[in-house]
Amino acid sequence: MNPGTGKLRTLITPLVGDNPITLQVLGVCSALAVTKTLATALIMSLAVIAVITVSNAAISSIRMHLPRSVRLIIQITIIASLVIVVDQVLKAYAYSLSRQLSVFVGLIVTNCIILGRAEAFAIRNGVVASILDGLGNGLGYAWILIAVGTVREIFGAGTLLGIVILPTTAAGGWYQPAALMLLPPSAFFIIGFMIWAIRSARAEQVEEDEFEVTKAGGP
Amino acid sequence: MTGYASIFVQAAFIENLALSFFLGMCMFLAVSRRMETAFGLGLAVLVVQTITVPVNNLINGYLLAEGALAWAGLPDVDLSFLALLSFIGVIAAMVQIVEMVIERYLPAMHQRLGIYLPLVTVNCAILGGSLFMVDRKYDLPESVTYGLGTGFGWLLAILLLAGIREKLKYSDIPKGLQGTGIAFVVVGLISLGFLGFKGITVG
Repeated sequence: MNPGTGKLRTLITPLVGDNPITLQVLGVCSALAVTKTLATALIMSLAVIAVITVSNAAISSIRMHLPRSVRLIIQITIIASLVIVVDQVLKAYAYSLSRQLSVFVGLIVTNCIILGRAEAFAIRNGVVASILDGLGNGLGYAWILIAVGTVREIFGAGTLLGIVILPTTAAGGWYQPAALMLLPPSAFFIIGFMIWAIRSARAEQVEEDEFEVTKAGGP
Repeated sequence: MTGYASIFVQAAFIENLALSFFLGMCMFLAVSRRMETAFGLGLAVLVVQTITVPVNNLINGYLLAEGALAWAGLPDVDLSFLALLSFIGVIAAMVQIVEMVIERYLPAMHQRLGIYLPLVTVNCAILGGSLFMVDRKYDLPESVTYGLGTGFGWLLAILLLAGIREKLKYSDIPKGLQGTGIAFVVVGLISLGFLGFKGITVG
């Protein structure tokens, strides 16, 4: 395998093949809460991509000097410092969005994707590969968030990024908004069905039966 | 008293951390295949949450918040941007202390909770609880109630899911939906049920 395709693969596999949300089930905590509108989903995605890329780069560059016993504390400290920077930047330049995201920017610290990638990849790979891996996982997380955010905003409020797409009956249009889409349960359903769709397309991701079901009327 | 009761009910049912804020989801989905393990983890969350939220409340009130250092003669210092870093540190340290205390005095309980306690450190519900506590400006007794309520709510939610998933493994589920997929849908339905608590007021 030549190194070029190897690097490209590091970037691309997390998008669908090894997606952090739908396959690894990491980082779901914050993924669902911020998808009520597309704008918050976008900002959250950008924040996570920034944090995961920089943290992967930083952790990978000091990996030779990290004693194994204290690595977790150091990783958490690096991640938390980065999140503080992102939080302060958001407060300075996008205050109202940062209010809407409330505690969820802070919760990027405990987002399992970031620590997970640091542990699983950055700690034993070079800086460039780690940056690509961070970027790939960040993008894999981002597209799920953006997809869920788009569906919820269009069907829940008839708008997209605040622009009216489906004129709602309340505003004299024809679309009766599905209020359920703005409530928490809809996010669970949408992600559940997305997992179904991805796994139907890629049979190798299907989980094993824990318990064989015998069809009634079968042999 | 009614103030505290309503904080508890709100934290445990109306604004359940797992079901309406999606906190601690990673673990919520990963450790809910069996009732017994789910109960162990839920209990660990309850214990740690009840301790860390008040401790973080004290740290925030006396060290970090704007003007909090007035007692040390520094009324103009605002260290609130350090909140994240200190909360995570406190949580990690608290988990360690709780583990040591339980190991020393309640060995039977330590055998049950032992493996889950370290996991709790990276549970978003714990950090989220502390951040919400700051956001809503609870005082010390209120934050004890809030910690207890959110911990209880989380325990309840994971037990509900584990109970359903234990039965679910005997049912015939479409191939792609098996495992994680159906778990999401089930959590969605439970969460829909919890919406029924909206609008409840106590006292």
